[in-house]
Amino acid sequence: MSELVSVALTVNGTRRQARCEPRKLLADFLREDLGLTGTHVGCEHGVCGACTIHFNGEAVRSCIMLAVQADGADLQTIEGLAENGTFHPLQQAFHENHGLQCGFCTPGMLMVALEFLRLNPQPTEPEIREAISAVLCRCTGYRDIVRSIAAAAKIMNKNNREATA
Amino acid sequence: MNESADISGKKPFIGAAMLRREDRRLLLGQGQYVGDLELPRMAHAVFVRSPVAHARIRSVDLTRAIAAPRVVYALSGIELARLLPTIPDHQVSLPGKWRSAVKHQILNPQQALLAGDKVRHVGEAFAVVIAESRYAAEDAAALVEADFEVLPAVVDPERALKAGSPIVHDQFKTNLIAELSAGKGDCEKALRTAPRRLQRRFYHHRYAALPIECRGVVSEYDARTQSITIWSSTQVVHWVRREVAATLGMPEARVRCIAPDVGGGFGIKGHVYPEDLLVPFLARKIGRPVKWIEDRHEHLMCSCHSRDQIHDVAVGFDDDGRILAFHDRFLTDIGAFNPIGSGVMYNTIAHLAGPYRIDNFFAEAKVVTTNKVPNAPYRGAGRPEAALATERTMDLIASTLGMEPAEVRRRNMIRADEMPYNVGIVYRDGEPIVYDSGDYPAALEKALGAVGGLDAFRQRQAAARGQGRYLGIGLGCYTEGTGAGPFEGARVRIEPSGKIYVAGGSCPQGQGMETIFSQIMADTWQVDPDDIVITLADTSAIPIGFGTVASRSTVTLSAAIHHASERLREKAFAIAANMMECGIQDLELRHGKVGVIGVPNMEVTLGAVARAAAPGWDHRRPVGVEAGLEETYYWEPPTVTWSYAVHAVIVDVDIGTGAVKLDRYAVAHDCGVVINPMLVEGQIIGGTVQGVGGGLLEGFVYDSEGQLLTGSLMDYLAPTASDVPDIALVHLQSPTSLNPLGVKGLGEGGAIAPPVAIANAVCDALAAFGAELNSTPVLPEQVVRIAHQGVLRSSGVVS
Amino acid sequence: MKPAKFDYHTPATLEAAVALLQQYKGEARLLAGGQSLLPMMNFRLITPAALIDLNRVPNVDYISFDNALLRVGAMTRHRALEFSPIVAQRLPLLAEAIRLVAHLPIRSRGTIGGSLALADPAAELPMLLQVLEGEVVALGPNGARVIQAGDLFEGIMTTNLAADEVLSEVRLPTLSPHAGFAIEEYARRRGDFAIAAVTVVIERAGAQCRKARLATAGVGPMSIRLTAAEAVLEGSRLEDEAIDEAAAKAADQVSPQTDLHATADYRRHLTGILTARALRRARSMH
Repeated sequence: MSELVSVALTVNGTRRQARCEPRKLLADFLREDLGLTGTHVGCEHGVCGACTIHFNGEAVRSCIMLAVQADGADLQTIEGLAENGTFHPLQQAFHENHGLQCGFCTPGMLMVALEFLRLNPQPTEPEIREAISAVLCRCTGYRDIVRSIAAAAKIMNKNNREATA
Repeated sequence: MNESADISGKKPFIGAAMLRREDRRLLLGQGQYVGDLELPRMAHAVFVRSPVAHARIRSVDLTRAIAAPRVVYALSGIELARLLPTIPDHQVSLPGKWRSAVKHQILNPQQALLAGDKVRHVGEAFAVVIAESRYAAEDAAALVEADFEVLPAVVDPERALKAGSPIVHDQFKTNLIAELSAGKGDCEKALRTAPRRLQRRFYHHRYAALPIECRGVVSEYDARTQSITIWSSTQVVHWVRREVAATLGMPEARVRCIAPDVGGGFGIKGHVYPEDLLVPFLARKIGRPVKWIEDRHEHLMCSCHSRDQIHDVAVGFDDDGRILAFHDRFLTDIGAFNPIGSGVMYNTIAHLAGPYRIDNFFAEAKVVTTNKVPNAPYRGAGRPEAALATERTMDLIASTLGMEPAEVRRRNMIRADEMPYNVGIVYRDGEPIVYDSGDYPAALEKALGAVGGLDAFRQRQAAARGQGRYLGIGLGCYTEGTGAGPFEGARVRIEPSGKIYVAGGSCPQGQGMETIFSQIMADTWQVDPDDIVITLADTSAIPIGFGTVASRSTVTLSAAIHHASERLREKAFAIAANMMECGIQDLELRHGKVGVIGVPNMEVTLGAVARAAAPGWDHRRPVGVEAGLEETYYWEPPTVTWSYAVHAVIVDVDIGTGAVKLDRYAVAHDCGVVINPMLVEGQIIGGTVQGVGGGLLEGFVYDSEGQLLTGSLMDYLAPTASDVPDIALVHLQSPTSLNPLGVKGLGEGGAIAPPVAIANAVCDALAAFGAELNSTPVLPEQVVRIAHQGVLRSSGVVS
Repeated sequence: MKPAKFDYHTPATLEAAVALLQQYKGEARLLAGGQSLLPMMNFRLITPAALIDLNRVPNVDYISFDNALLRVGAMTRHRALEFSPIVAQRLPLLAEAIRLVAHLPIRSRGTIGGSLALADPAAELPMLLQVLEGEVVALGPNGARVIQAGDLFEGIMTTNLAADEVLSEVRLPTLSPHAGFAIEEYARRRGDFAIAAVTVVIERAGAQCRKARLATAGVGPMSIRLTAAEAVLEGSRLEDEAIDEAAAKAADQVSPQTDLHATADYRRHLTGILTARALRRARSMH
């Protein structure tokens, strides 16, 4: 069989396409073939969560998926969060609450948090901690990430109330 | 130049929780880490690493590897030895003052860039393969054939000292590669005559930093200018540059090292690794940029580990719990190499006395090679090991005398009115250790208060016992020498635009330095932080720099910035005075201008001054003032500043499963003047959680043949958000007079105390069982064995 | 690390997948969720000649309930089970177990069929299958066959499945509304594989325990039923003494291993502790 396969997908709302080996990891495909280096690789064991992206609306670890599995899929990465350079409320909250230091786990934290707040718009602190236990951070000790997500939840709920009012 | 006060209602930036300038690019996914770099024609390197702990390399056959698809080049250590001269000694040099004051003997084994004669730990590289992709390079690496004569491995540092042990470095004929000792008073006599004595062994185990970004090096050689650029995930760009220049035989002016965004370092990226030198060598050799990105599995077996000390302590004390003598003999398992020489071990010695008054003190260190990954500084760098020995001893004294552990500490703590306090031995810089300022007893009270108070806890504890629950409280107190020399460099330049450029030798890995130094510069020059253009971690920006290790950058770079700015301001005022035809003494800095005090209209912008300073025909400099508006200053600290903290933790121990839950955690902390409280808190919390990991979860495990059993994140367990409670912080502020801003360092502090505080707390929880936990990590199984003493048998135990 | 090369196939039916398995004579692997497979391939611990991707096969992910039986397609994601109203209503024990599996991003990809076929000794779903006395349907070259829970697991990551068989469905009998159940798991961190876990289901007739089923994870080469403990409990009134005795029997019955994370003795001890705790919780339901 031929060595390369074609992978066509939507990433952050844009149709993209490239050819790669079947064994190419989705994380590497995003970073190398599509030039989206915002998603980071911390382990390739499927443990640290820095590589988390959204696959058809669900947070997944892209280092333990193959690029070919994303053929036809709709992906969102950290590069797709802001709109025209304006921070998503999550990003703004991380900025205001010191939710990042070195920034390497941050893509994973943001993508996990994004999904989490959709599922649980008014979380308690233990619930936030449980959700982000899916991503390892060595810099922050998690406190300010938890505060950032709690702050984002408030803003996003307020925005939603205003939008539907 | 102490213009931190209000000028026309403007609040200072120093002390403000200013949001970070770094955040935008990182939050947008536009950070640039070394793994993100893409250069035209870039090739990918993979290192072939030893699967055995100790072996002589008979031969390495690269034939099949070179023939594999898409391979560009391959090299073994054997061949490299023929291509490269021996690398000159690249250890940290020891100051003359230290060398004359401290009894020491240090042998330092040089590490070949690629092992050629022997491999000395699982993970040591002995060959490298370069291919068009990482995937292809890994395929080819699997085809490298090596003929090893496997040798017995030595993994126990005490056995390593015994006759007949395998020797890691044959030329030394011993595994004992360093001995250091220091002391004060007459420890032996004081021990002998003390009313009471205790002897214990403490073990602080092997674990490490685990930054989420592994290491990585990219290098590109430019044949036209015969220059080379290295991008490395490092904390020490100038050191890398110096070593690359020496290795490749190139002038430093032709070698540039940049650390782009770095995803955490915590010390273990704080020295030059073989890959930092090999990758540029390979880039020049093959005439194409070369990229090497370490993967996690590799990281666990070749990026430095840390801690791993065995302490034998003998303490003499009286019936009031006052320490009369403290003697510590300890061993460090340094692994196969010792990149930072005596640094960690002497740090341990220097910090053993902690916040306590100890008149008779003696510490002796032995450094022992074994067939494990080399041991280098990680956040705390010898201080956590000291804290374990001292703070467990305090609790043991307390339980011997039936006293509260807090009370034993109070009786031994140096008081605020005793500052500055001369400890009686020298620091790593050779200067006498003098605690500059601080209030240790106050920190102790505040930490206890922040977990709800000791008396209230004892009541809670008793009530819980009545319900069959085991709560315990533990303390960890420490002092921390920060802001170490030898120096740091700052270059400050005012641009014609009015923006102020500052470059420094520091290398951030997440601390927020772009923000901190913008705040400092903004106050220094009375401008907005956005008017500051800052470059760090780039050897082109400043010719000499030291780097970021040892909780030093805020202290040392702020002082260098201060002095460079002081001189530059004098020059700017001289030129401005000339422009406005007034006296220098009439001038002040305000809102990006130089103006006459009390005369609002008489002012010139800093940009105008810069234009006036420029060389050329129509310059506006007075006679005697040279062209340009730039200063470079290398600040050499007189000695270190002394931060300190007290950690208090309350644990809830499940004696059925052995699980230790952290119920409350508080840190009372003092780092002198605070530049950005938000960033300070982030550092403390981050360090504390790493310390919790060290105390409960993390650990490297080797088997008897030197196989690393913890080779993945499934086995090396780092704390997640669910593993740690919220941490209460209490701030104390004792400025220091040792630098212009009065700041002390703090980057490492949080990680020092948690392991011992947790051990103390669990012992307190299990006091009814006579528990003594004198090693880290505290494992659930140990708890179960203590609580079910001798009853843990195959029929199981029910509670 | 990166995986070694492999042929890659996306069959459109399970039958086609079976044919491919036959073709590769044991050198191919099925890709379901991939959450355990890909890490192993990234380490090059396994280097299959081919990957047969089941993710494009339609109609193998479903959750249906009929006549006290939950039928779950083998490719059903853990996440779907976690959020399924049918599962919440009909078999809440399953939802509770699923929430112990790793973290949500893993559960969004991992499948029930994949987990059972992998048969990791420390996984929760094999323990569920055992305690519920469920069964699986395996499709092979000669058609479909049903395998009972007690026959499926044979050893560490070893099942009764042949190299050319693929799971198509998992069947889980639901519990009576009056059944008491509980899972007690001990792991080093939230979401980690179990160091030890015990699941109990008890059914009472009045005050008497009519039927007790207990199953394990993490304390032996595979999940087993704690039959000795069950014998003690059945006919008892679930008094503390009966529970303690059952817990002691449970600890005696398991054959745990010593590894990096725990010794055999400690796992044995945990078995007793967790059995007692699970039974007390299950007893306090209703």
